[in-house]
Amino acid sequence: MSAKRLAQGGRIDRSQPISFKWDGMTLQGFQGDTLASALLANNEHVLGRSFKYHRPRGIMSAGVEESGALVTIGSGARRDPNVKATLQELYPDLEAFGQNAWPNVRRDVGALSGLFGRFFAAGFYYKTFMGLPPFEWGKGTGLWMQYEKIIRKAAGMGTASREPDPDVYDHAHAFCDVLVVGGGVAGMAAAATAAQAGLDVILVEQDHELGGDTLSQTGAGAAQRSELLSTLAASGAKVMCRTTAFGLYDYGTAGLLERVTDHLPLQALSSHTPRQRFWTVRAQHTLLATGALERHIAFGNNDKPGIMTAAAGRSYLNRYGVLPGEKVVVATNNDSAYQVAADLQQAGAEVTLLDARAAVSGAVCDAVAGIETRMGCVPMQAKGQHALQGLQLASGTPGNWTAGDTTIADLLLVSGGWSPVVNLISHRGVRPVWNAELACFVAPAVNEPVDMVGAAAGIWDTAACIDSGLRAAEAVIQRLRPTSTQQSAPSTEPVTPQSPAHEHGWENPILPLYEVKVAGKKLKCFVDPQHDVTTDDIRLAHQEGFVSVEHLKRYTTLGMATDGGKMGNIIGLALMAEALGKDIPEVGTTTFRPPYTPVSIGALKGRNVDEHFRCLRRTALHEWNLRHGATMAPAGLWERPWYFARAGETIKEAYEREAATVRQTVGLCDVTSLGKIAIQGPDATELLNRVYTNPFAKLPIGKARYGIMLRDDGFVMDDGTTWRLSETDYFMTTTTAHAAKVMVFLEELLQTRWPELKVTLTSVSEQWAGCAVAGPKSRETLAACMADPEQISDANFPFMGVRDITLHGGIPARIARISFSGERAFEAYVPSDYAEQMMDQLWQAAQRFDGCLYGLEALGALRIEKGHVTGAELDGRVSIDDAGLGMMASPKKAFIGSALRQRPELLRADRPQLVGIFPKNRAETFNAGSILCHADKIEGLGAGWVTAVTYSPALGHWIGLGFFEGGHQGQEGKTFISADPVRKGNVEVELVSPHMYDASGERMRG
Amino acid sequence: MIRINCPFCGERDHSEFSYGGDASIEYPALDAPPEQWHDAVFMRENIRGMQSETWHHASGCRMWLVVERDTLTHEIQAVRPAHPAIAQALEDEA
Ligand SMILES: [Zn+2]
Repeated sequence: MSAKRLAQGGRIDRSQPISFKWDGMTLQGFQGDTLASALLANNEHVLGRSFKYHRPRGIMSAGVEESGALVTIGSGARRDPNVKATLQELYPDLEAFGQNAWPNVRRDVGALSGLFGRFFAAGFYYKTFMGLPPFEWGKGTGLWMQYEKIIRKAAGMGTASREPDPDVYDHAHAFCDVLVVGGGVAGMAAAATAAQAGLDVILVEQDHELGGDTLSQTGAGAAQRSELLSTLAASGAKVMCRTTAFGLYDYGTAGLLERVTDHLPLQALSSHTPRQRFWTVRAQHTLLATGALERHIAFGNNDKPGIMTAAAGRSYLNRYGVLPGEKVVVATNNDSAYQVAADLQQAGAEVTLLDARAAVSGAVCDAVAGIETRMGCVPMQAKGQHALQGLQLASGTPGNWTAGDTTIADLLLVSGGWSPVVNLISHRGVRPVWNAELACFVAPAVNEPVDMVGAAAGIWDTAACIDSGLRAAEAVIQRLRPTSTQQSAPSTEPVTPQSPAHEHGWENPILPLYEVKVAGKKLKCFVDPQHDVTTDDIRLAHQEGFVSVEHLKRYTTLGMATDGGKMGNIIGLALMAEALGKDIPEVGTTTFRPPYTPVSIGALKGRNVDEHFRCLRRTALHEWNLRHGATMAPAGLWERPWYFARAGETIKEAYEREAATVRQTVGLCDVTSLGKIAIQGPDATELLNRVYTNPFAKLPIGKARYGIMLRDDGFVMDDGTTWRLSETDYFMTTTTAHAAKVMVFLEELLQTRWPELKVTLTSVSEQWAGCAVAGPKSRETLAACMADPEQISDANFPFMGVRDITLHGGIPARIARISFSGERAFEAYVPSDYAEQMMDQLWQAAQRFDGCLYGLEALGALRIEKGHVTGAELDGRVSIDDAGLGMMASPKKAFIGSALRQRPELLRADRPQLVGIFPKNRAETFNAGSILCHADKIEGLGAGWVTAVTYSPALGHWIGLGFFEGGHQGQEGKTFISADPVRKGNVEVELVSPHMYDASGERMRG
Repeated sequence: MIRINCPFCGERDHSEFSYGGDASIEYPALDAPPEQWHDAVFMRENIRGMQSETWHHASGCRMWLVVERDTLTHEIQAVRPAHPAIAQALEDEA
């Protein structure tokens, strides 16, 4: 193969030379080149190695269907593997590397003939792994690991960078009347027409230039393109080039990927410009002008560098000014390659045209006058060391080919017909239908405002494509602007309809041809060149009983490479049909799914990285906590103080001190993140009585009550306290984790099940800031913050009381005397704007009693000592009885979940129930998450589990909470095992009452 | 990428809503026997075609809606407030 740059012609700018690096070599190209065209101009043929057999791969196309020239672009953090060289625009100092080869793509040790061939026949993965361990538990892992090592080394494409992505990506949204996908002539004509009628139009094109196939045409095609360009520019349509519509979704939604800077040199990038934009576009109507892709034909060694589609050859010649070969064979089964042969001959190549058809007539013959044309002739086997050097031909008719002579060739251009790009329409859940006349799948009618136009609808002629775009736009205008068609009429006069015979643009019918099979010849014919799927693989799959194309695809991995089967799928389907003795329509096609071309993970995530990955909710006390030395821990989207370490303290020292201080004097804990719901209305009491398991009908005004809510299925949903402020006004607190869920559930009940209840709900979680004041000195601490300390005397403010009290400085506080720590305690809430003022006062007062600030870790220690449950225990699989709170379920009333909590399974006496856990040896510790086992049966799922463990300053040793079959009763003194096989190992423990400290609750009263 | 025409907010993307469930379920009285609750909570149809279902406009007006949606095509034929009195009021107004 000897390709060269021509002195003139093409759309490249010869006044702007660009130097770039290919595998370390410095080469020259021009502005307007793709990496593929520049490499071709430098006579580089072997650009990659195939996935399994490491066979040399060269350029096979000039577009998105590329299956050979896959390279790695950039280095370091910006290393981008599996980039199609045919799409990568050349820029100064671009660095590209061959991949899947060592030491390089030209001399690859892995390609030593047959080295991997045996391993990788069809179904290799299934045969190796499905029939064998490790899918049988515990056996054969070693064997699998041996295979895995070989596979990892041998198979694979480029490798991604392991460094963080230095680029930024954006998400954007747009609305329009008409989205036109594809900027070929049909798309341009449609977009211009619709925009002229006043419609809001977006035209997207994956290439960096509009024109589609006309970019590769000279003469009439080029002129039509110029004309359409100026019409489009004046029409007001928004044009987005370098933008791929990768998926089509419900309600006219399209996903677009805009490559903003992938064509620019590194130094041109600014930190503010995204590398790519991920667009969500919602359109009233979508026109798919996505064109068609030329197919290959399977013949011997058809994967050899130097073999590409006919259209690609024309594109390199006419668009990029590269003569891709000197001794060119053009092999076709349809009319489209005739002009390619003519263009190449005119550019100076020596051309031979092979046509599988017996005879053709008409204007196509005039185009190739003077070119050696052999009818009824096809390529049988490509020859050459690395790249194409010669070609053995065959002649005859499909199914009856006879080997012929060998001709010298350095370039073979193949046209096996055209496949309309029906991927996007298939995303809408419809199956393409086979058109036998055109030998391709075309889109069926869909029940959505989406139309196919141009070559995407199986129309091959340029003028007919323009006409198709115009007509489709007219119909859209009619639909969206029924009155405006009149005024737009002059500019959208349809092109004179062509005769039906020529409607699709071919003078002579295509001769379906997918494989050149010659009796007695053993040929290696590739169907999917990227995944090394051969025609024999397809037949092997059939022999082994795979008859569905979906199974065929997975068994052979046909079409599962980065090109998504754009090149080989139809050949695969045709061979399967042949093997089954069926027609292609009966065999059908596999399902196309988004994305049409690969979308980077970076574009999917957009700006949602690092601290933007999920938002941080800051409580009104967030900054106050940080100023006072808090180490924070996540609590849902909030952050809460974890512990307040003094100088030199470890977390363990800090929380033990904090928990001990609460039991000795007083501690302050930010509880602002708890969910808070204002429940108001004449039926508020009735609502609460229905959703809580315990009675709320007689809760006095000025009192709070602890309550538990179940789900419909009888399991515990959430717990919290609800305060009665007046006859019709309640203040409910929920756990931090379930605040939103409880709110949604109450709204659902009131709007869907109990619409007769007159209740309004308002989330006031962010309106109130709260602080728990806990410990023997809590009353004194609070009293110091108010004018009349008598307001919170035991007589005036009994346990579970609720009071509105004004703190110093006129701060309106809502205080309840409730306790989570088990000590005498209060929760004080103030409007969020007063949060810091309240804390300043409380902290000043607490310090007088040697009090402390405490965080989640100490809160956890205190509640574990008391056996109070939290989310660690109430994990959605726990009944109210399991949690040891069965006495909270009223037997006298019905409530949400009261029916289904009576299911026999939930009443079994041996269900795991809440237990306290002590290490047998009190000096030892054990881990939360361990499995609790009987000492003589340390296996399987055990008999329970550990939910929480803490060091208990009050008891002087480690303690835990967990669940154990049947609970702790009757197990006193017995030894059980806390099994933690992957971390700590086994620890001997005993089971005790979960109420491990002050079981009678003396300390919180009085 | 479903879009739901909220009677209170207008047409919005489905990402503003959260799916509830089958709106045709009639929940028994709280004191009904467990068998009735069992049927209501667990015995659900997996409908292929038009389904009446509840959606909550969580990032909007917080109203629960009843949406008539084809589970196969996502086509939505009707949207109304789940609260019958509010639905009636809107109908009377229209
Ligand atoms: Zn709404």
